[in-house]
Amino acid sequence: MDEYAVSAEGLEKRYGDKRALDGFDLAVRQGTVHGLLGPNGAGKTTAVRALATLLRFDGGRARVAGADVRRDPRQVRRRIGLTGQYAAVDEVLTGRQNLEMFGRLFHLGGRRAALRATELLARFDLVEAGDNGVGTYSGGMRRRLDLAASMILAPDVLFLDEPTTGLDPRSRGEVWDAVRRLVAGGTTVLLTTQYLEEADRLASRITVIDQGRAIADDTPDGLKNRVGGDRIEVVAREAADLPAIAKTVARVADTDPTTDEPERRVHAPVTDRVAALTEVARTLQDERIPVEDIGLRRPSLDDVFLRLTGHGTQTEEAA
Amino acid sequence: MSTADLVDLSLDDRHGRAYWAVADCWNVVRRGLTHYRRQPVLIAWQLGFPIISVLLYGYVFGGAMKSPDGGSVRDFLMPGMFAMTMAFGFMNTAMAVVTDATKGVIDRFRSMPMAPSAVVTGRGVNDLIVACAELTILAATAFAMGWRADTGPLKALAAFALLLLLRFCLIWVGILLGLLVPTPEAAGGLYAVAFPLTMISSVFVPPSTMPDWLGTIAAWNPISSTAAAARELFGNPVASDGSWIQEHSLLMAVVWPVVVTAVFAPLAVRRFQRLSR
Repeated sequence: MDEYAVSAEGLEKRYGDKRALDGFDLAVRQGTVHGLLGPNGAGKTTAVRALATLLRFDGGRARVAGADVRRDPRQVRRRIGLTGQYAAVDEVLTGRQNLEMFGRLFHLGGRRAALRATELLARFDLVEAGDNGVGTYSGGMRRRLDLAASMILAPDVLFLDEPTTGLDPRSRGEVWDAVRRLVAGGTTVLLTTQYLEEADRLASRITVIDQGRAIADDTPDGLKNRVGGDRIEVVAREAADLPAIAKTVARVADTDPTTDEPERRVHAPVTDRVAALTEVARTLQDERIPVEDIGLRRPSLDDVFLRLTGHGTQTEEAA
Repeated sequence: MSTADLVDLSLDDRHGRAYWAVADCWNVVRRGLTHYRRQPVLIAWQLGFPIISVLLYGYVFGGAMKSPDGGSVRDFLMPGMFAMTMAFGFMNTAMAVVTDATKGVIDRFRSMPMAPSAVVTGRGVNDLIVACAELTILAATAFAMGWRADTGPLKALAAFALLLLLRFCLIWVGILLGLLVPTPEAAGGLYAVAFPLTMISSVFVPPSTMPDWLGTIAAWNPISSTAAAARELFGNPVASDGSWIQEHSLLMAVVWPVVVTAVFAPLAVRRFQRLSR
């Protein structure tokens, strides 16, 4: 078996003059969650659709779960699951009816499709709601049903295209838990997301995509080191206090703090976030230095892009 | 059942492609029919317009309308209602297709090892089964209102077959439109087009009562041919003005659907295949 569950070399996809994929490379190790991170329009969905056999690509090569995507799409389809940006389930049917229908269409036969539906309802915490119409489900439940439908054949590779977009924090947590359980069972997951936090939480490796091309491929830590990790940030009330604040921040920071005079702001990277925040807040209070604001900032996707490409995530609109 | 060997459990290799094309089609049909089992009012909604039209035209305007041969207005109207319901059916097809497309259900089907053709054929077979149910309910309603077909069961069956043929050819139009429009809301706007297209026909009144130019358009409307053919076969008033198109409605009730299918089926299939572009 291949070392990589998903591999792509130089994928190209053109729409007229626009290059949706422009020599896209990707290598996803067996049994891992791999994050594909990028802003809207970067080519994430195009890449996933091409790898999942939904989109014919113009150039390059791709193998998924040991089969060539272009030459043997049927074999690929037997070994993948796909969860797109919308919960692709039937709203009128019950959760169980959905899973049975998809099971029969995966050619399990009626009896086994029914067994598998029961199994998956239990696995995705949908036993109670199983016989209710999907129209009554919450966003998180729909997503879980959607995931369950992708897991009917226990695929080697699962594509998750922005699985938590539009979900509230609680539903998001539910989906994350479900994904972790799948990976514990040996599934390889390719996860696209716009959220650095999501990729950080789930993925052991992250590919950053911009304008149809992979511009970075690293561990979440490696990526954050390049971008700069969490930062502590203090905004002074009086510009005169800035040196004293900088001194306080320096005691907890990994490097010398940066002082931004016009904004009356001092910031520095920190490792132990909570301890640093507590320490700085206490010291400032003890020394009676008034501040407007004090807080921790995690690097955002924008920060990643700014650092890796020199432009933010809004370049397409700006161009 | 262990999950590790589920792929091997799949019956994929036990049958050939032709078998799966049929089996998958049937499974897609089952899904559509389950909709009606779970929401029986769905069919009432789809029949709402024709039934209300029957009541409106039969009872409200019926007194002011004259049947072309002096018989009952309802006898003239009912076959028209049947044809109109079949014609409006393309909206149901389009709506189902666009809903599946925007929800990602079609993509899910396409990412699965099922026969891709089943997405299209399943829709078609489902819609024909539903059309049979609609015709049954409409005919029963019409019967209760005094409509009669007095030419024997064979001719009546032939009339229903022609009505289904009209529905069949419009399935392709519905699939094509469903894949072309961006959202279900946009598909709702198609009613604005569908409504006059069905009204400008012999469904409600004989084209000879319209201004010449409009009457000609109405007479050549494929729906008119099916309506007139059904009237003839049911033994209801036909109201032909003797023009070629109206004298050959039986022929044209076959020719029109064949032409529409020949044009739209390849377009719909091509559009479906182009989803992977």
